[in-house]
Amino acid sequence: MSEFKSTTVEVRLPSRMGFEKVAMSTAAAVAKLMGFREDRVEDLKTAVAEACINAIEHGNRLNEKLSVGVVMSAGADSLEVKVIDDGTGMRKQPARPDIDRKMHGEEGPRGMGMFLIQALVDEAEWVAGKEGKSSYVRLVIRLDKEA
Amino acid sequence: MQSETKARVDQLTSPAGHPVTVLRFEGDIASTSKDAVLGTYQGLPKETAKLILLDFTKVDYINSSGIALVIQLLIEAANSGQKVYAFGLSAHFTKVFTMVGITKYAGLFPSQAEAVAAL
Repeated sequence: MSEFKSTTVEVRLPSRMGFEKVAMSTAAAVAKLMGFREDRVEDLKTAVAEACINAIEHGNRLNEKLSVGVVMSAGADSLEVKVIDDGTGMRKQPARPDIDRKMHGEEGPRGMGMFLIQALVDEAEWVAGKEGKSSYVRLVIRLDKEA
Repeated sequence: MQSETKARVDQLTSPAGHPVTVLRFEGDIASTSKDAVLGTYQGLPKETAKLILLDFTKVDYINSSGIALVIQLLIEAANSGQKVYAFGLSAHFTKVFTMVGITKYAGLFPSQAEAVAAL
């Protein structure tokens, strides 16, 4: 695709573990259409999957009556992904995971999702929704097209 | 939705003559993989399985819950005096394992041959 026209793709997921892979595959397909390098597509896949897992598990608390919205906005030089849930949002950023502390039992083995998201995309922000609903994480990955 | 995790155990001998236990995983490594990852590891005899190789060649998807299971395995192995190595990760998951610090406690190799040769 020589000239990519800005467009939006939306996916709605049930709050059930495993369905993050649907959003992950869709985001990967959009990124490939935009011309992202394969390694950046892999970064995006992990970031989107982790954002959806957080939304399913912590935002919607695995309540299958609630869904997770995933809005992918493809621009000329970047892809923005918003993952929206019905939770109250992040009150504070968790501490950066520390493998030594985990290995010595000083912190739990989990808690790496947000760290991975921040490390793998160009921008990541967590926004608490008004009245405790429609909180979202917004990810941006910038296009660094293959030569 | 998640592809079931399969695990099997193979026994090898390194060129240096050390017995090596290989845990071969297939499918996704996620929160549903506890029995396949930890259960299979916990079924190994701790007195004889001192060198453990994790084979990720047939694993396409690992999420943070799956990484946490690998860390739990590393904690139990460290407490039992076992050494753990891994091979077969994609370039992306090699990067992710490095980012979260797993490489400090488990050596990563591109292939089984390279891993076994180093043991």
